[in-house]
Amino acid sequence: MSMRTKIYLILPVLVFALLAVFFYKGLSLNPEELPSPLIGQQAPQFDLVPPKGADAGFKTADLHKGKVSLVNAFASWCVPCHAEHPLLMELQRETDIPIYGINVKDKPEDAERFLTQNGNPYNGVGADLDGRVSIDWGVYKYPETYIVDGNGKVLYRIIGQITRKTIEDIILPMAEKYNGQAAQS
Amino acid sequence: MIPEIGQFALIMALIVSALGAVLPLIGTFRKDDQMVAMAPPLALTQCLFAAVAFFALMTAYLQSDFSVLNVVQNSHSDKPLLYKIAGVWGNHEGSLLLWVLVLSLFGSAIALSRVIDAEFKARVLSVQAFIALGFFAFSFITSNPFIRVNPVPLDGNGLNPVLQDPGLAFHPPFLYLGYVGFSVAFAFAVAGLIQGKVDGRWARYMYPWVLTAWSLLTIGIALGSWWAYYELGWGGFWFWDPVENVSVLPWLAGTALLHSVKVVEKRGALKHWTVLLSILAFGMSLTGTFLVRSGLTSSVHSFANDPERGLFILAFLILAVGGSLLLYGIRASRFELGKPFHPISREGGLVLNNFLLFIATFIVFLGTLYPMFLDGLTGQKISVGPPYYEATAIPIAFIIMLSMVVGPLMPWTLRSRLGRIFRYLVPAAVVAVLAYIGNWFLAPNHTFVGTLGLALAAWVGLGTLLYAWRVFRLQDATGVLARLKRIPRASYGLILAHGGVAVVTIGVTMSGAWQSDFEGKMNVGDSVDVGAYSFHLDTVDENAQGTNYEARRATFTVTKGGDLVKVMNPETRFYTAPPTQTTEAAIRTGPLGDLYAVIGEPAPGGGYAVRLYYKPLVSWIWGGAIIMALGGAIALAGRRRLPVIAQAPARTEAQPAGAAE
Repeated sequence: MSMRTKIYLILPVLVFALLAVFFYKGLSLNPEELPSPLIGQQAPQFDLVPPKGADAGFKTADLHKGKVSLVNAFASWCVPCHAEHPLLMELQRETDIPIYGINVKDKPEDAERFLTQNGNPYNGVGADLDGRVSIDWGVYKYPETYIVDGNGKVLYRIIGQITRKTIEDIILPMAEKYNGQAAQS
Repeated sequence: MIPEIGQFALIMALIVSALGAVLPLIGTFRKDDQMVAMAPPLALTQCLFAAVAFFALMTAYLQSDFSVLNVVQNSHSDKPLLYKIAGVWGNHEGSLLLWVLVLSLFGSAIALSRVIDAEFKARVLSVQAFIALGFFAFSFITSNPFIRVNPVPLDGNGLNPVLQDPGLAFHPPFLYLGYVGFSVAFAFAVAGLIQGKVDGRWARYMYPWVLTAWSLLTIGIALGSWWAYYELGWGGFWFWDPVENVSVLPWLAGTALLHSVKVVEKRGALKHWTVLLSILAFGMSLTGTFLVRSGLTSSVHSFANDPERGLFILAFLILAVGGSLLLYGIRASRFELGKPFHPISREGGLVLNNFLLFIATFIVFLGTLYPMFLDGLTGQKISVGPPYYEATAIPIAFIIMLSMVVGPLMPWTLRSRLGRIFRYLVPAAVVAVLAYIGNWFLAPNHTFVGTLGLALAAWVGLGTLLYAWRVFRLQDATGVLARLKRIPRASYGLILAHGGVAVVTIGVTMSGAWQSDFEGKMNVGDSVDVGAYSFHLDTVDENAQGTNYEARRATFTVTKGGDLVKVMNPETRFYTAPPTQTTEAAIRTGPLGDLYAVIGEPAPGGGYAVRLYYKPLVSWIWGGAIIMALGGAIALAGRRRLPVIAQAPARTEAQPAGAAE
């Protein structure tokens, strides 16, 4: 057996080794622990028209109305978004925190179906057809939710579905804290 | 007391699997018959302890023993019995226990096999025990299901209501049977590498295990898709969710393996490729486990994620897959060369099949992991959605469908009468073109991709029927029954499996192109026509009571031409433990089509958002998957009666055209 064939045989394990390095890096990357580069910064500039099925669009100025608000990146093709949606509906019913949506890379009819079936909890929704705005926000996984203060500064990032626990432990206390600060100053 | 028994059984299983991984293997090197003979009893003992541990946990669930943390976190005393049982594998720790139990059951089945010779069996069982050792250790060290809590809470947190569903009760066990089934192929590959020899007999031993795993995984994936169809209330059946994708990866690799093993068996060729595919299929099962449990991908299936667990599985993945590939690099040069074959032959067709399935595996793998790769390389964050898969995976699936009619009609090795296959291909092609034209002009919502898919379904369906016609020589009525009996079961398997693909595709394309729907607002008392059906909204009960939930329950009376078809009750359920809201679509399933009704939120200004569908032939998607799995089962049933052969004989000629295996 020549040397050449042997190198050929070792190729699969080399490819796998490369993959394993990525897996290891992926583990330490754990994006849920990495704060977004946007935290503490102003939200990016954008102005999106509403998707079919919604009346109000979503633009940067909406985040400068003096109240803590949520920005939720979602899509009809994202299954966890379906699971998360009832909680957003509940937040809209039971609190006065404004919720804005970025509808990412959805076909207009899909976005419409999503909002008519599941309800529309958003004060404004933007149709991010090419995903550019969600990239500006640094959306990593869907769904993703940002807490933004009344002056458009990004306070916090929740990757993946919001849960009852994140609402009670993070969203409500933060809204109270920053709305209170704004009222004092 | 019972949790302690479970704990003890888990430790014993761990020890026995450690012995089973080492002793028989040493025996094969030392030519020590006694040590070699220890492999089967060790495998059976390990299985016994795994079963005790599993049933101890199940008992804790059935008794609602809230002194066990796992039961507290995932069960509730009000939960219906079925979900108390299913709750055992509805969480990370319990599902891991099911995983090792299934693995041990496969080990026992090999241990009891009468056809595999003792030495090879010892090698295979050692590899199996090594895998089991990894998972027992994983369970014991990072995910022990028997941890107690103190003080004992009054009641548990309940099972996520989305999971309280009969479809989901059976989805994980089938999926695991499939995933873990490929561990047998992996063990065969590693054992083959250790002995430095892979031949027709090796392939012959391995084939039934690959068939078993493939059939079970097919059912497992279909159950998952069925669950998504009726539980998520979205009417879709596949979402390209990362966790759905990782269940398809071993299926694609396993489908390739199923075909390449035949070439090893018949020709002694493709040995390297088949060994690598065996490692790949199980490697994909492990990768899937790694991705789901480590939280590297976001999905509805997310388990309690824990970096420590991710690290453990990664270490095991590297040891098992990296180790076996290294072994391949060192030992594979010993494989003897197989018999050459002409590219235009059944073997050539199978190589093409493997090439295409490998590309399909790669595409789905890349789509699932690309966000992670890109993040690792550049820090850029992106996500991959359905458009990627529609642009890449579907064309490949189409090419596979195109080739899967031609392949079975090809003779083993090239012969001069190749032109004959056009007698079968031409009618199939004509019907496919007619299906294309018919759908394009008649279907209410046709798309190019859907229409092409339907045409290919017709091509595969008719092509497979014509193949059956040729195998059974149906044109010759005399002695048909005798021939039906004599034809190898594997031919029946091929016909059903390929026919099943056509049925699935017909379901996917027809349900899209011929769907009628209504999405909008309805007041109580309104009627809406959906296709030939009329939906009348009789009542909406805002406070309907369920076993462990409250619900908004709508009552639709569905009529067709004035005749009552069905009273349908879609619900939106509000669970208290844990507090969650789920959508329960009401579905009337029929062989010709499904009626599908969803009740949504109250609309501003009165009325409710509703979605009503008529989806023709949608149940064919799952029916087709069952036909495919049945094909696997029938091919398997035929294997047992075949005598074990010492070496794959060189059957280069004198193969009757139809007697394909």
